[in-house]
Amino acid sequence: MKPHWEGVAEWLDRRTGVRTALRHFLAEEIPASSGWRQVLGSVAVFLFLVQAFTGVLLAINYAPTPGDAYNSLRYILTDLTGGRLIRGLHHWGASMMIVVVALHMIQVFLYGAYKKPRETTWMLGVVLLLVTLGYGLTGYLLPWDNRAYWGTVVVTQIAGSAPVLGPYLTRLLGGGGAVGVVTFARFFVMHVIVLPPLTLALIALHVFLVRKHGVTPVPGDELLPRKQFYPGQVFRDTVAIFVAFAVLFTMAVAVRVPLEQLADPSDTTYIPRPEWYFLFLFQTLKLLTGPLEVVGSVVLPGLAVMALILVPFIDRGTMLKVTRRTTAMAFVALAAIGWTGLTAMAVATKPAAAPATEIDYSGPTDWMQLSPEELAGIAYFRQENCVACHAIGEGGSKLGPDLTLTSIHRDAAWMIQHFKQPGLVRPGTSMPAIQLNDAQLNSLAAFLLKLNPRNATALRNAPDFATQGALVYQANDCGSCHRVNGVGETVGPALNGLSRRRSRSWVEQHFADPANLSPGSMMPPFKFSPKDLDNLTTYLLALPE
Amino acid sequence: MSQSPELEGPTRRRFYVSAIYAIGGIIGAALSAPALVYLFSSPKSRQNSQWVEAGDVASLEPDQPVELVFHRNRVDGWKVVSEKGTAWVVKNPDRSVTAFGPQCTHLGCAYHWEASKDEFVCPCHNSVFSLDGKVLSGPAPRSLDRFETRIEDGKLLIGSLRPSSGIPA
Repeated sequence: MKPHWEGVAEWLDRRTGVRTALRHFLAEEIPASSGWRQVLGSVAVFLFLVQAFTGVLLAINYAPTPGDAYNSLRYILTDLTGGRLIRGLHHWGASMMIVVVALHMIQVFLYGAYKKPRETTWMLGVVLLLVTLGYGLTGYLLPWDNRAYWGTVVVTQIAGSAPVLGPYLTRLLGGGGAVGVVTFARFFVMHVIVLPPLTLALIALHVFLVRKHGVTPVPGDELLPRKQFYPGQVFRDTVAIFVAFAVLFTMAVAVRVPLEQLADPSDTTYIPRPEWYFLFLFQTLKLLTGPLEVVGSVVLPGLAVMALILVPFIDRGTMLKVTRRTTAMAFVALAAIGWTGLTAMAVATKPAAAPATEIDYSGPTDWMQLSPEELAGIAYFRQENCVACHAIGEGGSKLGPDLTLTSIHRDAAWMIQHFKQPGLVRPGTSMPAIQLNDAQLNSLAAFLLKLNPRNATALRNAPDFATQGALVYQANDCGSCHRVNGVGETVGPALNGLSRRRSRSWVEQHFADPANLSPGSMMPPFKFSPKDLDNLTTYLLALPE
Repeated sequence: MSQSPELEGPTRRRFYVSAIYAIGGIIGAALSAPALVYLFSSPKSRQNSQWVEAGDVASLEPDQPVELVFHRNRVDGWKVVSEKGTAWVVKNPDRSVTAFGPQCTHLGCAYHWEASKDEFVCPCHNSVFSLDGKVLSGPAPRSLDRFETRIEDGKLLIGSLRPSSGIPA
């Protein structure tokens, strides 16, 4: 008796023909020489599907407007389980897709598989390569960090410099050369709405043409019996796909894709770098300067694409064994050497980047709610080692009273008096006097007054850069002009959410010479030690909105 | 060419087919497992439940519900939004305080206190609740939801909203 599902499948096939179509597809006859070298096309299709799948997952938690884009991606990376992995798959999948598409193309080129009657298959393939690069170009902007922003600024400038078409391209990419909401929306629509269906259609057409003309035989194949696509070749495709997937998954798990600081259009120090597969173009641009620049940015790439498309019409000779295609090999070798050389030069001349501070928002953030004075209080609290005698909530030493309970009964004046002369306020106490000045004691008291069993964890969680940064903040009286977490004056701008507005380098330079970066600012210049500068800047950039 | 295609032996063919299915299964699992976790696990909360001040306990009259307004921050995905919240607050005779969520447990309409009848009344479908939040009549399926509350230095602090048990009161 036939299994039950067999009956269902037969019914479905009679009604739709789907099974017959699949059998017909799998029963394709392929030349005897077919084997491992033909797997790359299937791997490319597989990688495209992985990109589509992970892309949809990312889009589910993504807000496609500048600023929000950055915050929502940060949310995906830090708040959502598996978010980092899915972004890793999407990021490295893009790179892998470029590699596999290029290898596929090189294989077809070396074997001369573009020759009559397969010219259109090749030309469609070149278009698919351009579409793949288009994904890379448009997707690069979507995280809206400094890297994304500045990389795209360069790209739009290049497009604008194209002869004749330049002004039109600029308008198409969102207007006056500035990268903003309009450009962002257009890149997003391109990446998510226009390119995917286009890619599907092109792949379908490409595969249709492959089937129409059959897999390219090599000279000598005619004499040998042909093979079936399924299951032998499908098996090879599957194994190749598995290898590619294993590499991709390992990359996604092991190599962390950074999210830099929020895009800062006023950052004059950021040096944009393109993705690795565009580095050779980037280097070409560096070599050709002045009036030659347009040659490197538009003319050469344009000619290269034209040449690629026209390959089947340039080489119209008869099919030769791959080992006798020396000219083709020489071409590939030359292109490979040129590409590698330019990329290596670009890598070698990479300027040392300033160490970017990636703030870890996944950790506890309760300390961020404290005022600078209270945070400075934590610094003194640690410096004076108060926990040696006092308990903070559960556990800890029982020598002195639990400090999370004191604030209810005491005021600041009592505390400061107590810090200075413990014996006078509480006769018989074993507590030593604290050797700090009045302002410092004020900070300590401010923190202790706010301390209660619920926020005691902030005391443990506050990172050193924050407490030390707050010390510098207090010592320089920044609060007499600036406001943090609702504390301080409003002469200067409030400092919460600074990382959204300014980059690290901007903040650091601004300390040294405020008038230069903010003309008309009444802020005096500050000269800090490198350590103080680092702590203060990191602290300020960590302030929540 | 009229040669029939070369077919693999049955053993090799079986090996190919099972390998294709096995590898397909592994890749499918490796992609769908993280996707399911990503879609169905709840986001790591960026802040613990927050306590906000809603007013002085001393100003409350026993058994006289008042609607108190407070401001609290709520994490909404990648944003923290500051929003207004309200609670119907009752000081009980034993000096403890109860704070009811402001929505009817039937379909979420805002209800109000009818001082003349000593009842909470929902205008949408006529659900009626007693002073302690129990359903007196109408379609409401359960008692009014309650906020966590605590009193510190004479101030009423409001925590998160706890749904009342589903058992009809």
